[in-house]
Amino acid sequence: MTEFKMNEAELEKVFQKRIDDEQKIEPKDWMPEKYRKNLIRQISQHAHSEVIGMQPEGNWITRAPTLRRKMVLLAKVQDEGGHGLYLYSSAETLGISREEMVEALQTGAAKYASIFNYPTLTWADVGAIGWLVDGAAIVNQISLQRTSYGPYARAMVRVCKEESFHQRQGYESLMVLAFGNAEQKQMAQDALDRWWWPSLMMFGPHDADSAHSSQSMKWKIKRKSNDELRQSFVDQSVPQAEYLGLKIPDSNLKWNEERGHYDFGEIDWDEFLRVINGDGMCNRDRISHHVKVHNEGQWVRDAMRAYEEKKRARELKKSA
Amino acid sequence: MMSTEKKLPLFEIFVRSKRGLDHKHVGSLHAEDHTQALEYARDCYTRRSEGVSLWVVKSSDIVASQEEDASSFYDPMDDKPYRHATHYELPEEVNNM
Repeated sequence: MTEFKMNEAELEKVFQKRIDDEQKIEPKDWMPEKYRKNLIRQISQHAHSEVIGMQPEGNWITRAPTLRRKMVLLAKVQDEGGHGLYLYSSAETLGISREEMVEALQTGAAKYASIFNYPTLTWADVGAIGWLVDGAAIVNQISLQRTSYGPYARAMVRVCKEESFHQRQGYESLMVLAFGNAEQKQMAQDALDRWWWPSLMMFGPHDADSAHSSQSMKWKIKRKSNDELRQSFVDQSVPQAEYLGLKIPDSNLKWNEERGHYDFGEIDWDEFLRVINGDGMCNRDRISHHVKVHNEGQWVRDAMRAYEEKKRARELKKSA
Repeated sequence: MMSTEKKLPLFEIFVRSKRGLDHKHVGSLHAEDHTQALEYARDCYTRRSEGVSLWVVKSSDIVASQEEDASSFYDPMDDKPYRHATHYELPEEVNNM
């Protein structure tokens, strides 16, 4: 345990000055309890999203249309597991254990990105997830590379480097469908129709309605607001959809010359709340699958522990 | 003549040169315990304010892979070019992904 020589008020001043000076906060530094809690919530949710996100895509690994697509999808899903690991480890530097985080996920105390509660109905969904869901995640994660907590920022740098492949493989596979026959093009359009709005929801509530936003901005945990990030995602996605010859399912989508951005329609916030609060199409499946796999792996964890103990006992005996 | 004096354990020293950067290995030294290693490291490796934070780790606690094992460790990665973003050729109009 690190000991601090100043009182709380002084420590808090030093802490905020560091943040204001664009310095990173590191694990052994003093930090306000709320900053710690806020970070644990955000980083663990981020980690859970990576891990739960493996399910909708994993659903298509055995049915990928070619061997190449299958290898690519396997590599991508493997990356997501790795990203979950970077993030869990970075949350652990804040004094929470992996077990506590997993339990919070499984009991529903912790959330994850609501988009993974939608089903992957066709192969085109895998492409749409890469293009849109990973695309939205990248917009968010690029800004998080500058987050104030050092281990989180460094994890984001690593994640962003790997994530670009995810988006490009998704878009490339959608290109094949969009430039294919009428039925294939329809598959791509259908996937866009179903994934567009949930992708916009990934950025969370409007700034005015976001429970954690203003404090997170003051502490520079978040560097850009939900609405700012959502706008950049819309702006970058429109030309990408146009190139594919697909139509974004929003009749209010229009270029606004004055703002220099696309205007777009309102998100169905009732749906957002319903899904985030557990009542989406796949919420129960996602968690029960996680619990099932976790329990099925118990014997592996037990065996590893037993082996370690045996090894230690043997070494002790040898040195005695 | 070999000294009968008990040898001091070796510690590996890591310095964080600036907030936000990873700790980087800079060298090693002998010390009685972790606290002493930290003090020696300060005197030895940060005399010119090279860092803002030090880590000391007992060398015996470090487990390293061997270069001879490189093939079994890394060869399988060489035939997976699809793990790289540049593997996917996109047209100019949408290439800024």
